[in-house]
Amino acid sequence: MAQFKHPQILIASNLTDGEVVFLGASGWERDHRRARVARSAEEAAALEASGKRDICANRVVDVYLADVEIGGDGAPTPMHYRERMRVKGPSVRLDLGKQAAGGAP
Amino acid sequence: MTAHDPEAMRRPNAPTTTYLYDDYDAAFVRERVAEFREQVRRRLSGALTEEEFRPFRLMNGLYLQLHAYMLRVAIPYGTLTARQMRRLADIADKWDKGYGHFTTRQNLQYNWPKLVDTPDILEALADVEMHAIQTSGNCIRNVTADHFAGVAQDEIEDPRPTAEFLRQWSSLHPEFSFLPRKFKIAVTGAEHDRAAIMVHDVGLRIVRNDSGEIGYQVVAGGGLGRSPFVGKVVGDFVPRHDLLAFLEAIMRVYNRFGRRDNKYKARIKILVHEKGIDDIRAEVEAEFAAMDRSVFAHDPEEFERIAGFLAPPPYESLARDSQMLRAAKLETPAFANFADVNVSAHKIPGYAIVTVSLKPIGGVPGDATSDQMRALADASERFGFGELRVSHEQNIILPHVKQDDLFALWRMLDAAGLATANAGLVSDIISCPGMDYCSLATARSIPIAQAISKRFADMSRQRRIGKLGIKISGCINACGHHHVGAIGILGLEKKGQESYQITLGGDPTFSASIGEILGPGVTAEQVPDVIEHLVDFYLAEREEGEAFIDTWRRIGHARFKDVLRREGEDGADI
Repeated sequence: MAQFKHPQILIASNLTDGEVVFLGASGWERDHRRARVARSAEEAAALEASGKRDICANRVVDVYLADVEIGGDGAPTPMHYRERMRVKGPSVRLDLGKQAAGGAP
Repeated sequence: MTAHDPEAMRRPNAPTTTYLYDDYDAAFVRERVAEFREQVRRRLSGALTEEEFRPFRLMNGLYLQLHAYMLRVAIPYGTLTARQMRRLADIADKWDKGYGHFTTRQNLQYNWPKLVDTPDILEALADVEMHAIQTSGNCIRNVTADHFAGVAQDEIEDPRPTAEFLRQWSSLHPEFSFLPRKFKIAVTGAEHDRAAIMVHDVGLRIVRNDSGEIGYQVVAGGGLGRSPFVGKVVGDFVPRHDLLAFLEAIMRVYNRFGRRDNKYKARIKILVHEKGIDDIRAEVEAEFAAMDRSVFAHDPEEFERIAGFLAPPPYESLARDSQMLRAAKLETPAFANFADVNVSAHKIPGYAIVTVSLKPIGGVPGDATSDQMRALADASERFGFGELRVSHEQNIILPHVKQDDLFALWRMLDAAGLATANAGLVSDIISCPGMDYCSLATARSIPIAQAISKRFADMSRQRRIGKLGIKISGCINACGHHHVGAIGILGLEKKGQESYQITLGGDPTFSASIGEILGPGVTAEQVPDVIEHLVDFYLAEREEGEAFIDTWRRIGHARFKDVLRREGEDGADI
């Protein structure tokens, strides 16, 4: 198992529409702020196991863990700029993606 | 609608110059849509896993990207009718987010389609004789061609009949549907290469030999990506009757010897580089000599049938130069700038080729809204026989406009936000989607293009600088052709940050060259400063009539490196 360095969330793409989703407390969420945060290697493994089950259940594809930092409000924000892009939408079209719907700061 | 449709011919400016599906083509595309519809149904039902489904969706141009699925629609050799362009606009509105992105492969990408809608989108495309087949996967991709095909003054022959012939040969070719890696072919019939044939897996240049016979110079092993190479001549003059057999021989050699153990070394360019062009040529010639060539014998009747679809439209007999054009230029300076920069000479007297830039200052290179697509369709019907082209430079071409109509066309384009007079200038930047959309990207490329475009927003300054190709890729796969930009920019990740490597001296034409790295990577914020310093240095050093690449070649790479080093010492943060 890879060394656990940072809190993590589980990211995927919704099968039917391709939208980026995040594993939350009670299923897949479209807002990363509602993602369940793994704070240990064991919790991260549990997230991954849930993701694998939902791949098999044909709910999501392209599932992986992403490192996050936790803000003052307790919400996770991806640490890498690629995933920060994914929680918002294209930086050149602020009218599109999650950022347009007010789903991401 | 084509010249073969009498109803269509009764309309003024009706589309005439497009390939028309025959019953076989139409049935095949419909069957393919039905097949994909069933595959999607099985995927959604769970009968197919993602691993099983992935090759099927890729064979139909459907990718999964950073924010959503992406559908890449084939535009064979970049030629579109007004009707097809309108359908692309309708699809953008109905199933996407009201716009599309024209690519360096002369295709169109939708960035937000839903998997569940894709069969309906493909059905809508099939209605207008379009599809997304072989826009992905390890097969022969959309065959591209000179966007001035059929109208350029320097042309020996329109390359599109050859491109269409190759499209038919390569579509679902049973032997070449699972190649070691993707395979890209480009064709030009002109003396100046506008199709970048030297950096394709196979590039074809239509030539005439001493006895006046038409044939092909065949170049193989070119390519960009992480290992860029300029192609090498594998056949100096291949007569038309041997073309398919010769290409078949190349593909067989590649299929047999191309590496399948490492995807990064699987393109034909690596094979040519590792074995050497002499060995490859010998293998191709041996295969060519041994094969049953009768199967691939040229079918002149079929070639002429195809050429008939792509025949010139019914031009009028006009004076070589338009008085109306001259007067309009004198009266309206903005139009004069457009006419000087975006209008090219046409082989028919009184006509012109118009490049409609999809690079407004600060805009997203290659993007067009659905309204703009409709405006382009309208403009092509009103002024250009209903025909449009997509250039690999991510612009739209109206190839048959009367000089007398240029001013009215310009007004129409201006009203649609499509009259930026920058074709070929510093802000006419080729850019891949980069990390704003692409899951492979390591950095953003569009914002870099936008920042440079804004830095050079002064159009008179752009005209003083002259022709200058800047090309930007957001990863090493080089969809933005950065290796062959006079100035190339490659976005990479460095220590968790976006970093941009700049190259100079790339050239996509017959005198092709791969750009040389200028120095360590710079940040996104620094890129416009660096480009501006380079351009200023070029302006100071250039001799009469020299383009950037000419000056760079004359004075050498080191001088350009030096100027940046000096600027850095003077305090500029470079």
